[in-house]
Amino acid sequence: MAEILARHAPSQDALLPILHDVQARFGHVSIEAIHAIALHLNLSRAEVSGVVSFYRDFRRTADKRPTIRLCRAEACQARGGERVAEHAERAAGQRVRVEAVYCLGLCAAGPNAMIGDQLHARLDPARITALIDGL
Amino acid sequence: MQIRISDDALAVACGADAVAHRFAEFGHDVVRTSSWGMHWLEPLVEIDGIGYGPAAAADVENILAGKADAIRIGRIAEHPFIAAQTRLTFARAGWTRPLSLEDYAATGGWGGLKQARALSAEAIVEEVTRSGLRGRGGAGFPAGIKWNTVRLAPGTRKYIVCNADEGDSGTFADRMLMEGDPFMLIEGMAIAGLATGADKGFVYIRSEYPHAVAKMRAAVRLAAPLIAPFEIDVRVGAGAYVCGEETSLLNSIEGKRGEVRAKPPLPAHDGLFGCPTVINNVLTLAATPFVLAKGARAYADYGMGRSRGTMPVQLAGNVKHGGLFETAFGITLGELVEKIGGGTANGRPVRAVQVGGPLGAYFPPALFDTPFDYEAFTAVDGLIGHGGITVFDDSVDMAAQARFAFEFCAAESCGKCTPCRIGAVRGRETMDRMIAGERTADNLTLVADLCETMKFGSLCALGGFTPYPVMSAITHFPEDFDARGQAAAE
Ligand code: SF4
Ligand code: FES
Repeated sequence: MAEILARHAPSQDALLPILHDVQARFGHVSIEAIHAIALHLNLSRAEVSGVVSFYRDFRRTADKRPTIRLCRAEACQARGGERVAEHAERAAGQRVRVEAVYCLGLCAAGPNAMIGDQLHARLDPARITALIDGL
Repeated sequence: MQIRISDDALAVACGADAVAHRFAEFGHDVVRTSSWGMHWLEPLVEIDGIGYGPAAAADVENILAGKADAIRIGRIAEHPFIAAQTRLTFARAGWTRPLSLEDYAATGGWGGLKQARALSAEAIVEEVTRSGLRGRGGAGFPAGIKWNTVRLAPGTRKYIVCNADEGDSGTFADRMLMEGDPFMLIEGMAIAGLATGADKGFVYIRSEYPHAVAKMRAAVRLAAPLIAPFEIDVRVGAGAYVCGEETSLLNSIEGKRGEVRAKPPLPAHDGLFGCPTVINNVLTLAATPFVLAKGARAYADYGMGRSRGTMPVQLAGNVKHGGLFETAFGITLGELVEKIGGGTANGRPVRAVQVGGPLGAYFPPALFDTPFDYEAFTAVDGLIGHGGITVFDDSVDMAAQARFAFEFCAAESCGKCTPCRIGAVRGRETMDRMIAGERTADNLTLVADLCETMKFGSLCALGGFTPYPVMSAITHFPEDFDARGQAAAE
């Protein structure tokens, strides 16, 4: 934590970059982290936690399960995305977290999903099931 | 023999890395290029100008043995999808290596910046104004006017902010540009800096685009000495659609909640950190090197009416030939969908297309003669937005799409104004009741009322434009709304 803070100047516009680093490193932004960040940036804890709760990328609690982010936006819907989503839920059960994401910019090749930074296009029920089983 | 394969995110998502790897196993070098934008053919392999696509790793042996006729598409540069385009902004797409400074310079790169350096700030702005370039992010505001306001604004600190928070479904031109030709965006930002007196720029990219983030960061590092003293910082969003709204984007860069600011003051007077700020979309800034290098006239010669230049149209959804198609304004919607796009991917009839992302209107084929032009779209209650066209076949349920529009707005609302925050939730509930066949006529009236309130009572486009998809679905596809009521009444 101290090492992440040391990388960033103590100014408010460093808040988002810091939160990204913390989220990437620990998988969530804990209350302790919020406290440390607030001290470093000279902000109140409420201000920092208000920012954390505003953005979907940051989570307050740890979730160790693997995550797949499935595009649920219109262009993917038009290519059978909802059916793929049903199969994803079924394959995932409680073991894998399936998150909705709205557009990955691969809209002519949907349905699409993302695991970490890895993109997967042209999904169908069989492929999404195989992807999730492999997580 | 030169083998070229794109490393654009879409190509990679379709398996381009595995194909490149397979060629390497056969002892060949593969050059990773930008994408031609023919997405149905990705991964597209180019060997001495001839294309093969979509290619899988298993095809590589056959391609090398000259036995891949089934996926051979002939000379890529002459492919009808490419030949029919007018490429100004995407002139390098497919041709160059995205992070090669040599390729960029060899294809006319930095020519616009060089011109700009020889001109006064006033003259640069004048050139951009005369080109007729309008913001490509949605509203279509003239770029030159915005630049001039910032140029004339008092203050020594000024900023150029590039809005690369391309969150609309069906749009990917910004992503492709940043991944395929990042130096052009950088050059455009540096020109904007000279034109306004700003020496610092930010590119704000959504976190759903990790490939674009990586490319831009690398490109900014490489180009730094060439654009100095102008400096660029890449910032990454954190999963909030509303940050595509310019004032919430500014808040987000400042490290705040991405809530929309009331306007005025305009960002041009009181923008990032309270300083005069140009905030433009990726495509707008990327168009300016051409304007400076070739002159305002050359740009303004393209287009129709007050929509000058070209628009990179994005064909998405259930479309046979999906991808990026840059063309002068004025082509009709029907030509784009049926002729260029080839209709649906699964061969069923086209029933609806949504133009301009999740806040854009749905159109039936009956309106396909509408020309692609800002004013013509406004006249039929639609928006061009960021130029995305999402195609749906005849299995689409328009009541479900209208419901989704409310659901999306509810999920993404920043919460600042009541019509948006509460209205979207109420709208979704009302749609649910209507879909269940409850009091259809009354509920439809309620939805129309709600849309009216959202349209006039919302601070930004998210709440204010959600009525477009909802009302267009109701207006053009009434049968999807009425039939339920009748079925329930019977
Ligand atoms: S319309 Fe919605 S998103 Fe826009 S400012 Fe109001 S509450 Fe926020
Ligand atoms: S709508 Fe799914 S990637 Fe764009």
